[in-house]
Amino acid sequence: MSVKTTFDFDQMLSNAREAYGEELMRMADEGLDFAYTYSDNVAPSSSAGKFIQKYPDRCFNFGIAEPNQVGASAGIALSGQIVFSQVFGPFLPLRAADQIHTDIAYNDVNVRLIGTHAGVTAAGGPTHNCVADLALYRAIPNLTIVVPADAGQCCKVIRQSMDFDGPMIIRIDRGGSPNVYADKNYEYHFGQAIETVPGNDLSIISAGSSVYWSMMGAKILKEKHGINARVIDMHTIKPMDYAMLDKCADETGNIVTVEEHSINGGLGGAVAEYLLERGFCGKFKRIGLPDEFAVLGDPDAVYSYYGMDPEGIAKTISALMK
Amino acid sequence: MYTYNIDIEMVKELEAKCLKIRKDLLNFIYRIGMGHLGGELSIVEVCVALYYKYMNYNPSDPKWEMRDRLVLSKGHCSETLYTIFSDMGMYTMDYMVEHFECLDKAKFGMHSNRKYVPAIEVSAGSLGHGLPVALGLALGARKQKKNWRTFVIVGDGELDEGTNWEALMAGGHYKLGNLVTIIDKNQVQMTGSTATVMNIDPLDDKLRAFGWDVIEIDGNDMYAVCEALQSLPPADPVSRRRPVCIISNTIKGKGVDFMEGNYKWHGGGIAKEQLDQALASVEKNRRIR
Repeated sequence: MSVKTTFDFDQMLSNAREAYGEELMRMADEGLDFAYTYSDNVAPSSSAGKFIQKYPDRCFNFGIAEPNQVGASAGIALSGQIVFSQVFGPFLPLRAADQIHTDIAYNDVNVRLIGTHAGVTAAGGPTHNCVADLALYRAIPNLTIVVPADAGQCCKVIRQSMDFDGPMIIRIDRGGSPNVYADKNYEYHFGQAIETVPGNDLSIISAGSSVYWSMMGAKILKEKHGINARVIDMHTIKPMDYAMLDKCADETGNIVTVEEHSINGGLGGAVAEYLLERGFCGKFKRIGLPDEFAVLGDPDAVYSYYGMDPEGIAKTISALMK
Repeated sequence: MYTYNIDIEMVKELEAKCLKIRKDLLNFIYRIGMGHLGGELSIVEVCVALYYKYMNYNPSDPKWEMRDRLVLSKGHCSETLYTIFSDMGMYTMDYMVEHFECLDKAKFGMHSNRKYVPAIEVSAGSLGHGLPVALGLALGARKQKKNWRTFVIVGDGELDEGTNWEALMAGGHYKLGNLVTIIDKNQVQMTGSTATVMNIDPLDDKLRAFGWDVIEIDGNDMYAVCEALQSLPPADPVSRRRPVCIISNTIKGKGVDFMEGNYKWHGGGIAKEQLDQALASVEKNRRIR
């Protein structure tokens, strides 16, 4: 698929956390029926806050009680509604794991759990890091796991999820990530990965904010090291686009994953599991947060510390490809 | 205390139904070799009153949109519901036995699954889930302005789980008059009495403090159960008023002398000799008015 990206415009910021609220507002204005549940972390001044003020009868605040919010969201869905539910991401999988498993997935209900502040973007240290969630979600049947690469893609996910049957996790970061896609009119399908940068020396499989970092890393690799890295936006973590992995393995031989998540159990783990079982023999490397509670600092500095920024990605890959 | 004129003949009919359900339940558990008879026997009166009289319900169409919803939060007591579904003609007992936890042919399990059994509203098993989900059902009815009511049956031991209190607080906050919680207070949990494992009293004061109206009854007395359910205000989804909690004081293992109040009958199967004794016991202990 040929998609126009913002590969050359690295300062165009987007904000998925604002964008999803704007999309909900547009959908409600168009007459689409759905419910919205939220925690005590949606600012009245945010786009979601404005949506709540305009449509109070469909919005329910659960305070600081994620298990109750997720369980009640399942109940609202069982009453016949599609439910969008925003939870502060770090607390969604860890506080409400049992509810995600039993009330949402096992009951197989139409709830879209929007976990914000993915990775370390909340700042504030490991209590506010969301780095183990994909490992949990991946092991729970029925869950579709989507990690939009930018705000525009997040809007597509929100809207298209209205026609989707089954529970869905939508993982977004705090906001302020660069746009990946310049042309918002591209076709988006759950479960179909997108090639954002062509290349034949290796493939970088990424999702969420790391798509952009990977693209910028690929740019450095090309300009400084003569390495042509392909970048894949693997926006749907489950079900994963294995056909795209086959294509990348066959055409580029080497695979690197980049994710704002622990290297254990997330995107890199999912890709590795599949590649090993298909007999992949190329070079392979997971880039992400190591198996330790992350150091304290500004999110960008933390990512840089762990080599997840474009320079770090290029450095790791250039060493791998020697 | 509520005083309503309850038709005594109706009460007698429901009590006769309870006797049949207890006998069918015992036979069912004997045949499948597993169950949670203590808690399943304690909720018989409440479940029979709801399904046969007080819930707006059509057994031939368990997904009828306007039905009242019953969430069995103590999902390990599903066999009581299965037995009622069988009595209502949804399944034969033989079918349920043949399709009980038999791998890919299974429809029925120790813990209920709504996708296998359409009459089950919410798949359950782990405790502390029913109240939040029931809260959501009631909120969903409010949003859609639907006049059906949501009942949720919660065990007293189950109240150890904090999620119940999150949901109780939210039920009081949202003043969900279309939500009714029934706490099966049989005072026994898996390894002993609730008083010794984790004391939940004074339960009525706690519930009132969380914004609920409380009706306390003998939950194994069909007349009292009917009186409580008949006293419920209309299931108006929009008006904001305190939700109702019925504290249903019951006896674990009710009706079977050697099970009553004994935590050892929380879970497990029943041998043939015990079955015969239990069947004789429920017959002997039937309420005669």
